[in-house]
Amino acid sequence: MPPQRSADRIRVQPLGDTALIAQLGARLDTALNTRAIALAAALKRRRDVRQAVAAHGTVTVQFDPDQITHDALGLAIHRLARKRPPVDEPGRLHRIPVVYDGPDLDTVAAALGLTKDRVIELHGRPIYRVFLVGFVPGWAYLGPLPDELVLPRRAVPRTLVPAGSVAIAGQETGIYPLSSPGGWHLIGRSAVKLFLPDSDPPSLFRVGDRVKFFAASP
Amino acid sequence: MTSSFRVTEGGLLTTIQDLGRPQAVSAGVTPGGAMDRFAHIAANLLVGNDRSAATLECTLTGPRLVAERACLISIAGGDLDPRINGEALPMWTGVDVRAGDEISFARRRGGARAYLAVAGGMIGDRWLGSMSTDLLAARGGMHGRPLAAGDVVSAALQEFPDIAGRSLAAERRPDYGQRVLHAVLGPHASRLTPRSRDALFGSRFTLSHDSNRMGYRLEGGALEAPGEELLSFAMIPGAVQLPAGGRPILLMADHQTAGGYPVVAVVVSASMPVAGQLAPGDETRFEEIAIERALALRAAQRAALESLTS
Repeated sequence: MPPQRSADRIRVQPLGDTALIAQLGARLDTALNTRAIALAAALKRRRDVRQAVAAHGTVTVQFDPDQITHDALGLAIHRLARKRPPVDEPGRLHRIPVVYDGPDLDTVAAALGLTKDRVIELHGRPIYRVFLVGFVPGWAYLGPLPDELVLPRRAVPRTLVPAGSVAIAGQETGIYPLSSPGGWHLIGRSAVKLFLPDSDPPSLFRVGDRVKFFAASP
Repeated sequence: MTSSFRVTEGGLLTTIQDLGRPQAVSAGVTPGGAMDRFAHIAANLLVGNDRSAATLECTLTGPRLVAERACLISIAGGDLDPRINGEALPMWTGVDVRAGDEISFARRRGGARAYLAVAGGMIGDRWLGSMSTDLLAARGGMHGRPLAAGDVVSAALQEFPDIAGRSLAAERRPDYGQRVLHAVLGPHASRLTPRSRDALFGSRFTLSHDSNRMGYRLEGGALEAPGEELLSFAMIPGAVQLPAGGRPILLMADHQTAGGYPVVAVVVSASMPVAGQLAPGDETRFEEIAIERALALRAAQRAALESLTS
């Protein structure tokens, strides 16, 4: 099958009067994420763009409407996105010890029809990619999870998830850097410090980094 | 050399704010900054500052401060009944203050947040390029926390310009009392059921009691926007998110940087100052407008601010 012309699938939609969102695709995919990051970097170099933040397969762009219209910037985005996607350089590899004793481990195993040991083994098998840093400082969206571990989010989010909780939801996994509300399934905990307020950037994980979990004893 | 204010009462939530740290969003740090940028900028321009100088954002119950040196100040934004030595202090106006003068706020009369600017600008901890207080990260401003009795807030000492009495014309000030937020449809508005779309723009919402600088949880009829789960994307202030429970959340200055809920509407930039003057328990409603109209409203606000520098 010939490669599809990527630019044709881009959707650009207004996000208020001073921003827009460009969607390159809706899948959890490394190539898509790499293209979003490259597009954000190219947009940041423009004088009419104030901020461009890449996510999984989208770029949220804040711009100066005195310098350019939504339509003109949309056209520029289509043009920029047509460029050959960059080669994805492998990011730094982090090996993170996890104590797999989370409060949802039993229910996750039951819902997936797996043993707890199998859940732990599957979670520690892949080398995950950091797709996006955000939500709260230090949080990183890691994926993709093995298909056997994919579950929807909890129906009722917890009002307080302890810092260090290792969680899964959908095709992704992550570690709560701070105690916060959260709707993901808690399968373990880690003592790793993810939010580094006195570093710049203030996050251990950066987009494109790779993360491997391994089971540790409490 | 600095001039300074001694804090004798911190008030409900008084924080040092500037225009925030938008470049830190890609590291997961909230952009932060003044909730009502119009008032923040106006307060700065009235004392001859750059628009990005730090001010004090005073929330609902303002602080009590004693000036340690003569300085030029201004207070803009929500009307918290500001006083100088107990006498009414004119808002949206540059005012000369002498050493020993006490600045206080009597009660909420309108709006929710007043901005106190001083010639030279307030000085706070600078973190990731901004002095804004990030309460979650506990960084920036007054060591990442609100002001408390016993604090001393420094201000950069400068030859303050002889512009006391400069004022923003009443007709150029935002109409905070109206509480209507102009909004354009968001990227996921097509998910709204027809009834929910009508309810979003036709009904009133009340800010719940857990509304804060991160966002406002809006109570009213539950809205429905069914569809597949989205992968998280980068958010902006003004986005109206719709979580599964159907209660919309309006994202404000300290919003979470990414989220996966549908964005059904976005409050336009010219309405964000009005949004920044809402408090828990207040009623508001959304009015749908076209982007062209949003840009015209934005231009009028810019002209109002430019009237202070010409």
